[in-house]
Amino acid sequence: MSNEPDNGPSGSVTPVAAGAPMRPRGSGAARGARRRPEMFRIGGGIHSFHFIGIAAFVFVLIFSLWLVVTANAWVRPIFLPGPIDVWNRLSELAASGDLVNDILISCYRIAIGFTLATVLAVPIGVMIGAYRAWEAAVEPLTDFVRYMPVVAFVPLTILWAGTDDIQKFLIIWIGTFFQQVLLVMDNTKRVPLDVVDIGRTLGMKDRSILGRIIFPAAAPGIWDSMRISLGWAWTWVVLAELVAATSGLGYRITTAQRFFQTDTIIGYILVLGTLGLITDQLMKFLGRRMFRYAESRR
Amino acid sequence: MSEAKLEVRGLTKVFKTRREEVLALDNVDLDIADNEFVTLVGTSGCGKSTLLSIVAGLQQETSGDVYVDGEEVRGPGRDRGVVFQAYTLFPWLTARKNVEFALRGEDISRAQRAEKANELLALVGLERFADAHPNELSGGMQQRVAIARALSYKPQILLMDEPFGALDALTRQLMQELLTEVWEQHRLTVLFVTHDVEEAVYISDRVIVMTNRPGRIKTEIKVDLPRPRRYEMVGSPEFGSLYAEVLESIREESLEIEQLGSTL
Repeated sequence: MSNEPDNGPSGSVTPVAAGAPMRPRGSGAARGARRRPEMFRIGGGIHSFHFIGIAAFVFVLIFSLWLVVTANAWVRPIFLPGPIDVWNRLSELAASGDLVNDILISCYRIAIGFTLATVLAVPIGVMIGAYRAWEAAVEPLTDFVRYMPVVAFVPLTILWAGTDDIQKFLIIWIGTFFQQVLLVMDNTKRVPLDVVDIGRTLGMKDRSILGRIIFPAAAPGIWDSMRISLGWAWTWVVLAELVAATSGLGYRITTAQRFFQTDTIIGYILVLGTLGLITDQLMKFLGRRMFRYAESRR
Repeated sequence: MSEAKLEVRGLTKVFKTRREEVLALDNVDLDIADNEFVTLVGTSGCGKSTLLSIVAGLQQETSGDVYVDGEEVRGPGRDRGVVFQAYTLFPWLTARKNVEFALRGEDISRAQRAEKANELLALVGLERFADAHPNELSGGMQQRVAIARALSYKPQILLMDEPFGALDALTRQLMQELLTEVWEQHRLTVLFVTHDVEEAVYISDRVIVMTNRPGRIKTEIKVDLPRPRRYEMVGSPEFGSLYAEVLESIREESLEIEQLGSTL
């Protein structure tokens, strides 16, 4: 810096300016637009304190809006009950044990349906991601089925499996499996060919490369795909329970509708949102622990 | 040269695309002696990486043959170690485990394997980073581990495809010095691909210049600089004249491309 001309009254040199080509400065007049705070610029960073603050603010804002609208009776309670009514209703259902029961039943259905989908989708997805012939056999078919609306399968699954848990598993399975296969295929295809070639030069057979190189290399991505598809599973379990069920969160919502218990419906929707959020955060947390190596640190 | 470690005979490679056939390598003959360090240089797209890839057994030649110790190459194998330009360490394994991975299948105990991996990491100056994962290592360090991994199972030939191409200039220099040092202590047959002329002259015994597509061997220049090589040699007149000779040879090819481009 010693050979540079005088930097003007302030004398301060920002790191950006130091790297820029030298041009006459020193008048002190600012060039270009004034810098906005970093969090309001594209690609800018944000302090986690600010991030959480803004997020919490939006939640509080919406909640207050809800409170104000209902407290002033601008909307009839049958359409939108107030937060306190919803809270009381949920407390009642919690006290009677119904809430916990409903949650456990729905969780059980997701656990089985989602596990059945995942256990099949991961190996199939890896296979069709690694071998073009398997891709040709499976991918177009899966893509076709994927575009069939899951809702349309509900009557069919009732016809096939009745209205007990098997039908719920089936709906969750149909809703997640085909999507998972394609996501896992994509995760697998992202493994760089050079890494596979290293396995070859080490004298490894294809099957061994698949298990010891391709799968572990794709695993962080696969985990993320599972996290995303688990979110969808929550939608499908409620769908299945809305139509033909005698238990579960979705069932409680339909019966509530019959008796105009809007507070129960809204309460349960909020419970579903919370459960989804919890599972998502749990998956994220587990993923970070298992795949610490996949985070770029430098 | 009858007892060449690596022999390439009449190697031709044609890439077929939907529209046309591209002759990438045209009847290439090449011999590399035991423990010789040979560098292939040429303009980008001249087929030097394709040649290395075929020698590695990762690509299939259209015609011609490759022999290692007189035996025909029919695919990849542990007699040839490979280092690529791209970072190819397994991110889920530590540096040591990455090296150990290459030693799987060898009939040695787990403790011996770890010991061997440690030795190799020490060879490339990374013993202190044995337990670090690749995401904790710089690009240069990752390539050093990749070299340690390729050397670990004692291949007959080391094939290196622009291994320092992704590194910044200063790191690249240090890596060239390190590789030269390692090679001078533990001689090995090396086929090295680069487009960096200084790198080629500094590290090799012989520089082979390839023509533009179709890739043929244009000329070869023997580098008779003394070993051990020291970085100060780069400034010497001997180095300068070799550098100029290689550069001139590639420049002719580059110029040809540019002139071709302007007439099109």
